[in-house]
Amino acid sequence: MNYETIVGLEVHVELSTKTKIFCGCSTEFSKEPNSHCCPICLGMPGTIPLMNKSVVEYATKAGLALNCQIAEFSRFDRKKYFYPDLPKGYQISQYYIPLARNGYVEIDSNGKKKRIGIRIMHMEEDAGKLVHEEGSSYSLVDLDRAGVPLIEIVSEPDMRSGEEAWQYLNNLKTILQYIEVSDCKIEEGSMRCDINISLRPEGSNEFGTKVEVKNLGSFRAVKRAIEYEEKRQREILESGGSVVQETRRWDEERGITIFMRGKMDNRYSPEPNLAPVIMSKDWKDEISARIPELPGAKKERFIKEYGLPEYDASIITASKVLSNFYEECVKHYHDPKVVSNWLMVELLSILNETGQGIEDLKFTPKQFCDMLAMIDKGTISGKIAKDVFREMFATGKSPEAIVEEKGLVQISDEAELESIAKRVMEANPKSVEDYKNGKKKALGFLVGQVMKETKGKANPQMINAIFSRLLDQ
Amino acid sequence: MLELDKLTIHKAHELLSKKEITSEELTKALLKRIEEMDGKIKAYVTLNSEEALERSSEIDKKGDFTEDLSGIPVAVKDNICTKDLRTTCASKMLENFVPPYDATVIKKLKEKNALILGKTNLDEFDMGSSTESSYFFTSKNPWNLERVPGGSSSAAAVAADLAIYSLDSDTGGAVRQSAAYCGVVGLKPTYGRVSRFGLAGNAGSMDTIGPITKDVKDCAIVLNAISGMDLFDPSSSDTIVPDYLESLKTNLQNVKIGIPKEFLGDAVNKDIKNAILNAAKTFEDMGFICEETSLPNVEYALWVHYVIASAEASSEMCQYDGVRFGHRAQHYENLKDLYKKSRGEGFGLEVKKRTILGTYLLDLEGNDKYLVKAYKLRTLIKQDFEKAFEKYDFLITPTTPTVAFKIGEAKDSLNVNDMCTVPVNLAGLPAISIPCGFAEGLPIGLQIIGKAFDEAGILQVAYAFEQNTDYHKKQIAWKEA
Repeated sequence: MNYETIVGLEVHVELSTKTKIFCGCSTEFSKEPNSHCCPICLGMPGTIPLMNKSVVEYATKAGLALNCQIAEFSRFDRKKYFYPDLPKGYQISQYYIPLARNGYVEIDSNGKKKRIGIRIMHMEEDAGKLVHEEGSSYSLVDLDRAGVPLIEIVSEPDMRSGEEAWQYLNNLKTILQYIEVSDCKIEEGSMRCDINISLRPEGSNEFGTKVEVKNLGSFRAVKRAIEYEEKRQREILESGGSVVQETRRWDEERGITIFMRGKMDNRYSPEPNLAPVIMSKDWKDEISARIPELPGAKKERFIKEYGLPEYDASIITASKVLSNFYEECVKHYHDPKVVSNWLMVELLSILNETGQGIEDLKFTPKQFCDMLAMIDKGTISGKIAKDVFREMFATGKSPEAIVEEKGLVQISDEAELESIAKRVMEANPKSVEDYKNGKKKALGFLVGQVMKETKGKANPQMINAIFSRLLDQ
Repeated sequence: MLELDKLTIHKAHELLSKKEITSEELTKALLKRIEEMDGKIKAYVTLNSEEALERSSEIDKKGDFTEDLSGIPVAVKDNICTKDLRTTCASKMLENFVPPYDATVIKKLKEKNALILGKTNLDEFDMGSSTESSYFFTSKNPWNLERVPGGSSSAAAVAADLAIYSLDSDTGGAVRQSAAYCGVVGLKPTYGRVSRFGLAGNAGSMDTIGPITKDVKDCAIVLNAISGMDLFDPSSSDTIVPDYLESLKTNLQNVKIGIPKEFLGDAVNKDIKNAILNAAKTFEDMGFICEETSLPNVEYALWVHYVIASAEASSEMCQYDGVRFGHRAQHYENLKDLYKKSRGEGFGLEVKKRTILGTYLLDLEGNDKYLVKAYKLRTLIKQDFEKAFEKYDFLITPTTPTVAFKIGEAKDSLNVNDMCTVPVNLAGLPAISIPCGFAEGLPIGLQIIGKAFDEAGILQVAYAFEQNTDYHKKQIAWKEA
């Protein structure tokens, strides 16, 4: 029997507000444990949570960017369970009436556009963390993360493969980064993902028993875990067994999922201390106006406006900063495709090598385009330009200054080149002989010698032309 | 001889301003009185003697008595957090809990140079109406040591001159009921009038903080000091705070008072019924109009309140887990065991009962069967009041259906003694209890309920009543034990 994989994701994203969701404590990374805490986020008697308005705005912005309906009236509830990293014995979350519903994120599924539904998006507070010291019989509690604002984005079970889940996560991340509500760094925990996965016989309309998978440290891990679970559950079903509803943990090293705990029912009750969140139309419009062009729309526009291939457009628009940098460049340079080639190949690879971000670039789009213009004018060769580019990246100096300082100006003086060519021909009579006997390859060697002598600065078109003239005489 | 411990706030303030007495003398007099009498009354869980004396001499040195409360000691119910001063909620769970912060009301009193004399007893986490569920001890009614003092001992402290005034909390009636049982004045403000930040309450949608004082004027003075919007309590209101003391000078005219018949039914003691009808007569003599009216849904109030309060309390009790503060079991097998034992040992019977009941109520079945209905009824009760207030300026009822009951007499957590006070908490309205008579040698309380945020009106009516009667002046006849 063939099985269809059904995947839904629950994604937690940390909002990048300056302060916590219900008190004035900083959300910044703390050096000392338990240094960003107060009686409120420690859940001490008689303290009352205070709604951080920015959190509502950030969350609403996210909801709108994810095409959700924003509730005019939403409320907070207490999700109760005991764990030492949870100060109050309950987490303040939105259960009964969440902030946003019925949204979607678009992905590409085998060349076709597919909408992955978002069932619910709500606000909640993060828990602290436990530090298990090697060899000790105790755990330490650090509550600096307790009360950091999160949004939880619960998708519909619309994904059918690890690949689709991977795409969904990537697109979700890009959107949230575009609207600047989170840095979405899964490795640093500012984006977390749990998988709900089940299998059903192909053609069936009913869902199978789902398994929840936690502890996924990267998008790649999500993809791998789905693929592992697909296989595990298929094997169970094919051997006549049935899947048990449970929570499993992804073991990255071994590449498998491991039983963590059985099904859990959380008790919820309304949070009496927080007023409902009332989202007026005016407020929503105001927030909506702050949403920039989103990656999907930008990609379409780049294809149309700049004639970029879809591949280029999706790479350039995958990052807001890169796409902004690109658009600045296009203002200063006539050929958008040349710009995208340079950015995709040279810029992305150097960023990759150095681990630096585009926001930290030392040179401006204008300087970068000046360099492209120098190639066009023949001042430098394309090959030299790559060195100039790396120097710009390292020092932030203008391309003119670099070319000047390092004497990289292309030699385009006809007489000078001709005298070098003649010198090379004299020094390599064998190659000249070969060429004249029909070994056209020998020309390459001669050009190479000129380049060697000029340290690559000889204008390649000119030197080719000179050789042709001299040799074919 | 001037007995300093018997002073009201306004009298003490006058004497302090004129430098006829010092704050230190006043504090010492109260501490002496406590030393002599508190062994019998058992009003205080913790005394703050040293610090209070230190503060009083500091205040004397500065000599600035412009503030009405300056240099005057206050007793504080032990569920209101006081910085660096143990706050127990009368529970083993918080036996050694010292808050690193002040409740907003405490901060406000401190800004006015008040000084905290000590912390008074209550039922564990305020669950009860007699202090009998306190982890420490049961406090006594100063009028009769075999009787309960109500849900807070701070009224007993004020009545027995162990404090000039007190700050108390009211979720189902503790402020008013204790004041009624002990023959003093207790005001429960409108929900939102006074910040409840720092009140370790048990039902967030009903908890309020209010003063217990020797007379109405004092009540107005304290309310002036503690009212107002607080950024740390989102449920606090920005409704303008009038000068309550000043408003007592207003001459009342065309006042219409409603007397809801549901509060004068068979459950109410005959003497109390008569006292209320007498009070109505007093008002009529003053030119007010008094008429019988009805609040048809208040008969459900006790149950509705019990259901909602238990649900909210079970949720509120979650924060006491023995991990960050509070009682932690000494021996436990694992994490789950740590929670079970810490909570099992730290909480008393009544708290456990309500936590379990509340947990059921918040669960699917209990929610559908009871909680949802309770919220609906709460709305109906609120509407009853709204309707009544279209016609009347104030409603009067007994504060309690009987005088203070005997220690050990209450059998049920669902206490019929709360029948007159809980509807007011459900509706979030302000109400005051003032002395209006005696039965069995024990004081009777008259409850005056007002429109939301009309504390000024309630105080005016109460003040007018007080000016025309002398119940509040009657002294306790101490039997020499």
